[in-house]
Amino acid sequence: MINFAQTFIDALSLGSLYALAALGIGLLFGILRLINFAYGDLITLGAYALIIPSTEAVATLFIGGWPWFMVIIAVAVIVVAAALLSDLLVFRHIRRADPATLMIASFAVSFVIQNLILMFYGSRPKSVDLWSNLNYQIAMGGLRIPLLQIVTILATLVLMGGLTLLLKRTALGIQMRAAAEDFRMARYLGVRGNLVIGLAFAISGVLAAVASLLLLSQTGTLSQTLGVPLMLFAFIATVVGGMGSLIGAATGGFAVAFASVFLQAYLPDDLRPFRDSFVFGIVILMLLLRPSGLVPTKALVERV
Amino acid sequence: MTRRPTMTATGVEQSQAASLAAQGVSVRFGGLTAIGDVTLGLEREKILGLIGPNGAGKTTLVNCLTGFQRPTEGSILLGGQDTAGWSAERFRHQGVARTFQAGRLFKDLTVVENVEVTGTGMGLGRRQAHHLAMELLAWLGMADKADIVAGTLPYTDERRVGIARALFLGPAFLLLDEPAAGMADAECDELSQIVLDIPKTFTCGVLLIEHNMRMVMGTCDFIHVLDSGRTIAEGTPAEIQRNKKVLAAYLGGEGEKQLEMAEGHH
Repeated sequence: MINFAQTFIDALSLGSLYALAALGIGLLFGILRLINFAYGDLITLGAYALIIPSTEAVATLFIGGWPWFMVIIAVAVIVVAAALLSDLLVFRHIRRADPATLMIASFAVSFVIQNLILMFYGSRPKSVDLWSNLNYQIAMGGLRIPLLQIVTILATLVLMGGLTLLLKRTALGIQMRAAAEDFRMARYLGVRGNLVIGLAFAISGVLAAVASLLLLSQTGTLSQTLGVPLMLFAFIATVVGGMGSLIGAATGGFAVAFASVFLQAYLPDDLRPFRDSFVFGIVILMLLLRPSGLVPTKALVERV
Repeated sequence: MTRRPTMTATGVEQSQAASLAAQGVSVRFGGLTAIGDVTLGLEREKILGLIGPNGAGKTTLVNCLTGFQRPTEGSILLGGQDTAGWSAERFRHQGVARTFQAGRLFKDLTVVENVEVTGTGMGLGRRQAHHLAMELLAWLGMADKADIVAGTLPYTDERRVGIARALFLGPAFLLLDEPAAGMADAECDELSQIVLDIPKTFTCGVLLIEHNMRMVMGTCDFIHVLDSGRTIAEGTPAEIQRNKKVLAAYLGGEGEKQLEMAEGHH
């Protein structure tokens, strides 16, 4: 029972991280039909922003040494700026392109960011000590829960709650939802396209910033592909959840994390190294049974 | 009907244009002529019916009058001003609103959100947009359905939400594209009453595309008949009902029966 509870909390924490990233991807897909493969690199960028740019092997903290709330604000500002810049320089010019073209463009942006990081920071992985006191374990009953897991879950709850309020209660949020469903119709009714798209990029940037800080606190190592695996799992989560649905993206994030963590815990030892193939096997099965995801949107179902 | 909904809001300019007209408008797609040399005009507080068999070019003409389609020849005049190069958004801002055959509601948004999004798009605050949207829904008898998700609405209510969205902030002209399609007679009569009330309540000109002759004859001040993209008749409902060209070329034997029924109805 203790073992199960421990595994459950592990899954909840990993699922939170996946859900955060999946929401950032889902938001952009909803409004732009953009599958943003550069999203993982925004996460990487957020982590690198913490140290002084240099190609030396030892990382020197810069922003990373500030008080925690200053760290969050500064990294969020930097990642949001990078996200908006990617729109301004690239995606804005191909607004009417089909989703495949947009996705290829996002690959290009991804490579540009990765190579810029290589140029300024070098290729050697660097260890960074961010908020290591979060690794302190709280003992509850027989459970030992790292503080970082609790922080991850809470941060995700706060961001998801905030995003829900924004989308449901504010004028801009309602316009974003309208634009996500039928962009041309929303434009016709007066919704300013570039405003809602800019806002979507900005929000996805905030989510990426928080994800990068949580991820780095967990791994402690910077590399120019830090965010890529997270982006990949988050992308799978949005597909599992149902492309275009934000509730779906979050649900998908938790679903993929639970499958992954529980397989890790309960698969026979010999099979554990192949965990991911089991996870993806389940994903394929699920997509065969529910091709439009766990939480399909009405709008998208009708469009197909 | 409840009291007259507010149509203006501070900070949002509404058009005072007295007329909307198509002048010698043709639209050709490649070699195909969708509409050829059509001239018609809408006035404030009047209802103009636009009828004709399927493929006559009715929706293409409405697309021209609302900025969704550029005329190959001819021009669209709003208050006498040429609108060449205007986007559909500009038409809407200048007080020319329309509904769509397929409804095209935001299905994941609630009914009231569907209406208020037009207001916030035009620069209103959420509170004010919500308030005005609720007033309008009350006028259309839909206040109790404001918080229902639009995707779950029955067909007939969908149309009303479409009309509410188009009427938001009181446009000068409202173009309705087959609002009664698929409706039963009772629902159709209810909708007719709403359409009849619109010009007086909103000092607005209405163009009505509709196949339901009962509704057309019962609401329109004037009727314009298209066939294969050309104007074949214009006149009052009484004149159109007697027009042999309309009966023969457009309605055929089945149509004659329909028209007699419509006459008997009055």
